[in-house]
Amino acid sequence: MKRIYAREAYCLGCRLCEINCMVKHSRSKKIIKAFRKERDILQPSLQVENSGLLSFAVQCRHCDDAPCIDACITGAMHRDSKTGAVVCDESRCAGCWSCIMVCPAGAIRRGKERKVASKCDLCVAEKMPVCVANCPNEALVYEER
Amino acid sequence: MRKWLVQPEFDITRDQERCIQCQVCVRQCANDVHEYDDEDGVVCSENAGCVGCHRCATLCPTGAVKINQSKLDFRPNAYWTPSIIRNVYKQSEGGGILLSSMGNDRPFRNYWDMMVLNASQVTNPSIDPLREPMELTTYLGRKPDRIEVEKSGNGFSLKTKLAPQLHLEIPIMFSAMSYGSISLNAATALARAAMEMGTFANSGEGGLHWSLHPYAENMIVQVASGRFGVNAEYLNRSAAVEIKIGQGAKPGIGGHLPGEKVDASISETRMIPEGTDALSPAPHHDIYSIEDLRQLILALKEVTQNTKPVSVKIAAVHNVAAIASGCVHAGADIVAIDGFRGGTGAAPTMIRDNVGIPTELALAAVDERLRKEGIRNRASLVVAGGFRCSADIVKAIALGADAVYIATSALVAMGCHLCQKCYTGKCNWGIATQDPYLMKRLNPDVATRRLINLLRSWELEIKEMLGGMGVNAIESLRGNREHLRGVGLDQTELETLGIKPAGMGA
Amino acid sequence: MWNHSFRDEKDTSGCAISGIMSETGKRFSSDLIMRSIANMRERSNGLGGGFAAYGIYPHNPDDYALHIMFDQPSAQEVTWQYLKSNCEIIGEEPIPTRPSEAIKSRPLLHRYFVKAGALLKERYYEENEDDLIVRIVMHINRFIDGAFVLSSGKNMGIFKGVGYPEDVGRFFRLEEHKAYLWLAHGRFPTNTTGWWGGAHPFGLLDWAVVHNGEISSYGINRRYLENFSYFCALRTDTEVITYLFDLLMRKHKLALEITACILAPPFWSQIQRKGHDEKKLITALRMVYGGALLNGPFSVLVGNSKGMIGLNDRTKLRPMIAARKNDMIYIASEESAIRTVCPSPDILWHAEGGIPIIGQLKEKSCA
Repeated sequence: MKRIYAREAYCLGCRLCEINCMVKHSRSKKIIKAFRKERDILQPSLQVENSGLLSFAVQCRHCDDAPCIDACITGAMHRDSKTGAVVCDESRCAGCWSCIMVCPAGAIRRGKERKVASKCDLCVAEKMPVCVANCPNEALVYEER
Repeated sequence: MRKWLVQPEFDITRDQERCIQCQVCVRQCANDVHEYDDEDGVVCSENAGCVGCHRCATLCPTGAVKINQSKLDFRPNAYWTPSIIRNVYKQSEGGGILLSSMGNDRPFRNYWDMMVLNASQVTNPSIDPLREPMELTTYLGRKPDRIEVEKSGNGFSLKTKLAPQLHLEIPIMFSAMSYGSISLNAATALARAAMEMGTFANSGEGGLHWSLHPYAENMIVQVASGRFGVNAEYLNRSAAVEIKIGQGAKPGIGGHLPGEKVDASISETRMIPEGTDALSPAPHHDIYSIEDLRQLILALKEVTQNTKPVSVKIAAVHNVAAIASGCVHAGADIVAIDGFRGGTGAAPTMIRDNVGIPTELALAAVDERLRKEGIRNRASLVVAGGFRCSADIVKAIALGADAVYIATSALVAMGCHLCQKCYTGKCNWGIATQDPYLMKRLNPDVATRRLINLLRSWELEIKEMLGGMGVNAIESLRGNREHLRGVGLDQTELETLGIKPAGMGA
Repeated sequence: MWNHSFRDEKDTSGCAISGIMSETGKRFSSDLIMRSIANMRERSNGLGGGFAAYGIYPHNPDDYALHIMFDQPSAQEVTWQYLKSNCEIIGEEPIPTRPSEAIKSRPLLHRYFVKAGALLKERYYEENEDDLIVRIVMHINRFIDGAFVLSSGKNMGIFKGVGYPEDVGRFFRLEEHKAYLWLAHGRFPTNTTGWWGGAHPFGLLDWAVVHNGEISSYGINRRYLENFSYFCALRTDTEVITYLFDLLMRKHKLALEITACILAPPFWSQIQRKGHDEKKLITALRMVYGGALLNGPFSVLVGNSKGMIGLNDRTKLRPMIAARKNDMIYIASEESAIRTVCPSPDILWHAEGGIPIIGQLKEKSCA
């Protein structure tokens, strides 16, 4: 399946990936309105880690043997049959944070708006995840490996 | 002491309605112009450091940042323009040579825009390049006056032995930009795009970095006055060798790479100590006359076993025709002429803007002179210096060029915004810098793609224009000044260019 | 009715060309060529017509026959002085013509049978007689105002002027001549106004060229030829074609197939598919002779004392049809122009772009 991979040689640490992710998953889907009205509840599904010159974006790896799916007590964390992405069904999430504790990539966070697990969903409705499409230096790629 | 007289050249306006405090601009400005105030929770900007490179404005996700020329207006003065006044301030506060980068930005007469092209109608059909062959293949190198052919079996075979030639799929090459003045990512993109498109890139006087060795077949390596990186291996690892006598941006003076840009990698490639200014002397210290040039040309041919064309690059100055003729007689297989719009990584502003002559006039004069002497076929003519679009290139070929070198347009294609601050080494677009943090900004894959797109677009446009003129092979446009007419040119200019005024028929 | 040529819907009728030759050198009257060119009257507009005839001076086969036209007597005087000091004059007389309603305001027309003079030979000792005659022709055309050399070959002549070709032919009393090779042309000029010198055929030494088309590479062909001291006095495309044939075949001694390959070369995409030696040769020809490439639509007939060559441009944008019957070869712009004088040829075919059609003199009966 296609996954997002970061090429650290080209990551500028500009964080436009985080911004675009936030807007895509906001309520208004409009950048200015989202940042003005929804600032407190916006949370990106990926995070740019940096140290000195090195930087790259980290997000859910959608592991083949996802520990978060195993750890989930309600079955909210499941695999989307079409894309193969690991997604959280927020209607069933109890907010126990077991998934956060077991994730080896540290890619799941506590939701800001409601008490649910928040993570990358590979932008299921789009042709390409918005972080990949909007990286100004094409440091993120969406491909099979 | 603070330099009071030197005021900011640009004003940064931030539309607070649109700014979302995302801080992308803060992270992306190499001149630390934008800053996030934690306490107040806003991004604010200092005009003083802004160079007008548009990095922040381009990446801003809401288009909140705008860069304008400084609104601190002087009283209108057609003679003492704001930039001229500022230059005096800079020098009175700093006391040195004014440095600048890229090419002459003054409003000298632009002849490309005063020449127009022909199209066929009625008597001669124009050709549709999407349906018929349209040939741009070009060979650069020395050619004999005639060919000898001998019978062989049922047909004929070639008897004359030809001098080595460069085969170009399109008559456009990338001009010399030294590794040092531009980043390795930029140099890599140029080499890759040249290989993809079947043309050549010039290494400039910085030597050839080892990671670019795989592209050697598409590289023209330069031997400049500083002889940076020059040894027998370097010369043989190329498709052709070019002796750089001068360049259009700074005729009469040598190259200059500020010490800030000489890091470990540059030091290794150029064979000079880290951190030292790389100053190429003005003349080659072994070329003080034309016969010395001949000696160097022959030496280079010997080292490369006569398998590669040797090119000589000269700046367009007043007697460029005579100099070019001398170069041809000295044995050059290709003569490259760089006009005064040519760009550079660093040059004294006064020399960049006032020394040298326009590419168009130089080209016309050299082509005519070589033909009059009967030696036009002995060397191919390549011109450089400010080709902005495919129409400029078509006009250059009609005036007599075999091919053109582009540099500024290639850099612009990669993202350059012509802020003219390359000499600081702080290129925000990752092109003219050696700072590893800034270099990351130029993804060579993206840059290569942009260059190939540029060359492909121009190739298609050139074919359309050729087809419009009823010509299906570029040999028939080359030097064919009948397809040009001048608009708004005076008699002398028309004569120098060798073209008729618009309205005059055959 | 007949199967017409390719793409002539793009032309505004264009021009008309026709050539008839006996490959055994048997001389025949002008009747055939006159009927052939008259058949294509609609292709001209009356602003130019002309003929070239080979073998018409069997009593002076080794003298250069200079056909010269003059605007006024003073030009003739100056030319006469020039010829006297530079040539050995064997004979001179006005070119026989008859008054014609269709031909208006004609120049003075004279012919001189000459050889290169001793003084000239001494001065330019390294040049052969052909070169010396070219020198004389170039001088007259460039420097003597009002004088123009129509033809300068041995045992051949060009007769041309402003008018329909059949009218020009009658004006020049062509019925009094017999030749083994006749070329004819009817003109529909668009680039230059009708003047006597601008009509076709254009000639130099024993070359005569008739041409239908427009050379879009004219500007560079002309500058290329200037390198080799050919100066184009007219502003017609035909001049460069003639000089290119002279340069490549006479001076550079290249075979006809090679010359055709230079003037109308195959495309690079075709060259790529050829064998190694052929590819190398044609690439070298295109590299070296780029300035001689003729671009633009053309259909050209070239005559010299040894025969006739028909050539089309490489994208085949103008018509050319050829036919053979017994020892005769016919090449013309239209099939009807051939069938009107040869109703049932042995073979008839359309020329291919870039491939020359060759008529060759087999015996030396008329040299």
